[in-house]
Amino acid sequence: MDVKSTPSYLYWLFCQFELITCSYLMEPWEKVLFYSFNLAMLGLLLYTAYVCLAFHASSAFQLLCSFLGNPRENSLSVVK
Amino acid sequence: INHIVHNGGLYKRPFNEAFEETPMLVAVLTYVGYGVLTLFGYLRDFMRQWKIEKCQNATEREEQKDFVPLYQDFENFYNRNLYMRIRDSWNRPICSVPGAKVDMMERVSHDYNWTFTYTGRVIKDIINMGSYNYLGFAQKIGACQEAASKVLSQYGAGVCSTRQEMGNLDKHEELEKLVARFLGVESAMAYGMGFATNSMNIPALVGKGCLILSDELNHASLVLGARLSGATIRIFKHNNMQSLEKLLKDAIVHGQPRTRRPWKKILILVEGIYSMEGSIVRLPEVIALKKKYKSYLYLDEAHSIGALGPSGRGVVDYFGLNPEDVDVMMGTFTKSFGAAGGYIGGKKELIDYLRTYSHSAAYATSMSPPVVEQIITSVKCIMGEDGTTIGRARVQQLAENTRYFRRRLKEMGFIIYGNEDSPVVPLMLYMPAKIGAFGREMLKRNIGVVVVGFPATPIIESRARFCLSAAHTKEMLDTALKEINEVGDLLQLKYSRRRLVPLLDRPFDETTYEETED
Repeated sequence: MDVKSTPSYLYWLFCQFELITCSYLMEPWEKVLFYSFNLAMLGLLLYTAYVCLAFHASSAFQLLCSFLGNPRENSLSVVK
Repeated sequence: INHIVHNGGLYKRPFNEAFEETPMLVAVLTYVGYGVLTLFGYLRDFMRQWKIEKCQNATEREEQKDFVPLYQDFENFYNRNLYMRIRDSWNRPICSVPGAKVDMMERVSHDYNWTFTYTGRVIKDIINMGSYNYLGFAQKIGACQEAASKVLSQYGAGVCSTRQEMGNLDKHEELEKLVARFLGVESAMAYGMGFATNSMNIPALVGKGCLILSDELNHASLVLGARLSGATIRIFKHNNMQSLEKLLKDAIVHGQPRTRRPWKKILILVEGIYSMEGSIVRLPEVIALKKKYKSYLYLDEAHSIGALGPSGRGVVDYFGLNPEDVDVMMGTFTKSFGAAGGYIGGKKELIDYLRTYSHSAAYATSMSPPVVEQIITSVKCIMGEDGTTIGRARVQQLAENTRYFRRRLKEMGFIIYGNEDSPVVPLMLYMPAKIGAFGREMLKRNIGVVVVGFPATPIIESRARFCLSAAHTKEMLDTALKEINEVGDLLQLKYSRRRLVPLLDRPFDETTYEETED
């Protein structure tokens, strides 16, 4: 098995995933069920990450901008 | 890692045994795999119950559905949902003598291992790494086979009686004298079945009011014999002499549980080589403990007779001890002698008692004459009394094969359990999908292996067990090692972190729970 070439390396990684999660042993319809469940979960995870991260990233960026924009106002009031 | 200094000079040679700890990531992933399979098992059981899927396993009849359920426990759940998926690695039919190479009948399954059909093709010359053929006496040509066929034409195959009635042939007497001479004991008795030797003779030796101290990982035959006898059974940790000593001290000091009377007899049950771990019993220490606390020792040399020791006389010979120190030496003829049956050796009074009172002697049919002749010829060959040096050469070849194979596997990076000198080599697999994958991939490459899973081993410690043989040439071992290396890379089985964990040698107290140090 040629580990260097990317398509066969990806196929080997997929085989390892199959072995670890025991989908190697499943019948085809069970595999379809399992993979669709996994892909659905992965999709939900990515969507949630996209939404939450976007919100957190924008609020963090705003905070950063406010620090850079008004240095005296914010930091001196905190120190006092 | 020498234990010579720690144990007061009892060992004449280094005792190298190691059980590498399971890597944490591997254990977690194994549980993940079992979790996924369990969920799918529940799904399939649901579908079978609601008739969405055809039910192919055994269930109760319609009228019995209201009774206590028969198939709801974990063993049956495991059987129909996990074992069925990888069932093609077991019960493979072979169609030639199980020597170093074997022929196997090819079979396929069209409904995921519920039924098998034979294609009619025979896969020839599979390298046999699964048969208990330690000295290579499983042959269809040679001195053993000729002698056995001569006896077959003289005595026939059946005996048609028990030993006590009309089944005591002169061949049996000859065999027993020979076995006693081979082991270095006063007298011996042979039985037709190795499992029955243990399970039928331990009840004859101990009874109620006696104490049995049995190793954690003893074979089912020893456990069955101990339970049938009615004696009190206490378990000590595997090969752990501190645990055994603590139990012996408690037994002598406190006596029987309610009445505090002294125990009638204390019997220690150990095996020579434990076949699932590949470990060798610490016999010098066990004998020292036995003498100190005045108890009896029952040594089951099923796998070690013929396979260990410079002259092939088993674990007593391996450690250079006196055979008269072991009270009851039991062994089987199945593994190293290429026959079937078991024997018990010891003092003359003991064997005469067993001839009268053992269930096996009174009720079991005696051994078949050609089998007896096979054993006689192979024992003579090992001792060198047939005039050739074949026996000695085979014993040495087995020791060399063992050391070579174990060294190469460890170098490749697999986790191998057990002692350096034991011809049983367990290679850890851990994950359930890899059990089935390993068996199938090795068969594709023409090597037959035995893989072991849950009921025989703890649930996450599944393994592949190789049994080496004196009949394996170096070329066969090299081919096998090359294929194992390839399959190991393909399935990512090289878990070893090459960290040597020293065995626990400090005194055992209530605060030590684990075998390995942190």
